[in-house]
Amino acid sequence: MEAADSKTVIRVRNLVKKFGSFVANDNLNFDVEKGEIFGFLGANGAGKTTAIKILCGLQKPTSGEIRVAGYDIYDQADQVKKNIGYMSQRFSLYEDLTVGENFQFYGGIYGLKAPVIRQRTTQLLDELGLTHIKNKILKEIPLGWKQKLAFSVALIHNPRIVFLDEPTGGVDPLTRRQFWEMIYSAAQKGITVFVTTHYMDEAEYCSRVSIMVDGRIEALDSPSGLKKHYRAESMNEVFVKLARSGKNSR
Amino acid sequence: MKGFILKEFLHILRDKRTMLILFGMPVVQVLLFGYAITNEIKNARIGILDQSNDYVTQAITQKILSSGYFLAEEIMHHPDEAEDAFRKGKIKQIIIFGPDFANMMTTSPPVSIQLLTDASDPNTANLLSNYTQAIVQDYVRQQQQQAPNLPVIQIESTMQYNPELKGVFMFVPGTITILLMLISAMMTSISIAREKELGTMEVLLVSPLKPYQIILGKVIPYVLLSFINALIILLLSATVFGMPMNGSLVLLLLQSMLFIFMALSLGIFISTLSDSQQTAMLLSMFALMLPTILLSGFIFPIENMPMPLQLLSNIMPSKWFIIIIKSIMLKGLGMMYIWKETLILLLMTVFFIGMSVKKFKVRLA
Repeated sequence: MEAADSKTVIRVRNLVKKFGSFVANDNLNFDVEKGEIFGFLGANGAGKTTAIKILCGLQKPTSGEIRVAGYDIYDQADQVKKNIGYMSQRFSLYEDLTVGENFQFYGGIYGLKAPVIRQRTTQLLDELGLTHIKNKILKEIPLGWKQKLAFSVALIHNPRIVFLDEPTGGVDPLTRRQFWEMIYSAAQKGITVFVTTHYMDEAEYCSRVSIMVDGRIEALDSPSGLKKHYRAESMNEVFVKLARSGKNSR
Repeated sequence: MKGFILKEFLHILRDKRTMLILFGMPVVQVLLFGYAITNEIKNARIGILDQSNDYVTQAITQKILSSGYFLAEEIMHHPDEAEDAFRKGKIKQIIIFGPDFANMMTTSPPVSIQLLTDASDPNTANLLSNYTQAIVQDYVRQQQQQAPNLPVIQIESTMQYNPELKGVFMFVPGTITILLMLISAMMTSISIAREKELGTMEVLLVSPLKPYQIILGKVIPYVLLSFINALIILLLSATVFGMPMNGSLVLLLLQSMLFIFMALSLGIFISTLSDSQQTAMLLSMFALMLPTILLSGFIFPIENMPMPLQLLSNIMPSKWFIIIIKSIMLKGLGMMYIWKETLILLLMTVFFIGMSVKKFKVRLA
């Protein structure tokens, strides 16, 4: 038994995922450390959604050794699930429930007791400065607020890692900035953030970035390291240089 | 789990349209049938064949005609005229008094009135016959107050063309079946498809909840609502129509539960096939509602269908449930007689649950 480095929260070794003859994830290897903001980039179809689904337990890998939050995803799936939060592009809140009811529901499915849920709800809404909308039906709330609420809801059970699958799709630049401030403050509290994105300016905010091409990780480094290595001005340039080399992606 | 069920109830209660469908529809459907029939019974055209024409037969005729339910379309003089009048469709019922009615009442009781009813429209026929009998009995009661020894008048009621009254009360079993199917299967499939469409399903799957907990949480509110609905329909049909309850109510309710579970598992199965609410809705409509209405024997008798359709009707769960309801409510039969239908529903439930679990696993793998 390998002594798990307490700083390593996600550990992926030789992850392979095949759909028939198509290889979606071709031998992925990487570690993510506690408190990191880990950017997961790639063109559409490069395999990043498959990888994030495997890490969250939504799909089973074909082979490979994967530990999330210190637990094995095959044998300790329940422990993994208790320690991660998840938010997708589609916000995953119920439109016909109030803000408070959404918190209550999601707290409930993570097995939190009612007083704990109340206390967390108050605390999280307070941090957002949105206490006054607790009893509003979600439909009546602007998109930017919903997205922040969805992030808060994903944190309600104090997960060690939070997975964000393209969390900023379809929101305006100002809201995106505010959203990244939330991500930073979560990371400062020691929560690891694993984020996929299409926006290259967002990639600049990450501690480290991995870029997937055709199911493989082609590059993994800090944004400044990547720019230096590929002699590029911006992350956008790095991405285009890498993505062009792929066959499946345009 | 508790929170899950609560949330599901909130979804349903917040959605006014769903609430309207859930509770408005059964009431409207049952009452529609009710009114359709009460309208028809007003001024029903009848024929009278009075072979004695004495004070008793005249009094009874008067009483019947003044009730407002009947109109004397034809006064007949010979039994042969009856057949002809029915054929022409002019009248719905013929009341026949034998010869020497008043005398016979005292000399050789009991006497009887013959009642011929055109049962090609079984609901109406049954009501007409019941009304007439009630009026005659009312007459006898009144007379007995003055002459307590007066014998009863018997009624020999014959249903023409459809002697077994097939189709009578058909609508209550049919309505229960369709509504339970609609609420259970369609609503669950749509509500699960909605979670998929909104992306909340992914979050539920990422959470520590087990898939069976997710499904139970989705299903339990609908089980309760469907059951309440079944009770409402039964209550309405008993009060509005006098639908008889000859068998065991407990057995009927248990069978309803079984059918609800069947429909729910079918709904879950449909939801595994569809990714959006629209697909779920269309699948339920075409795969469930139309066959349920057309092939279950609700409107069109299965015996009259061409052979291929008769065979097809066997895979309609509703066909078997309608048989079960009729057996219990109308014939008063017990489990001994309906175990075959029950077994079929049970097997269907197991089949759909099995298929859904398989589908669910494939999606996760």
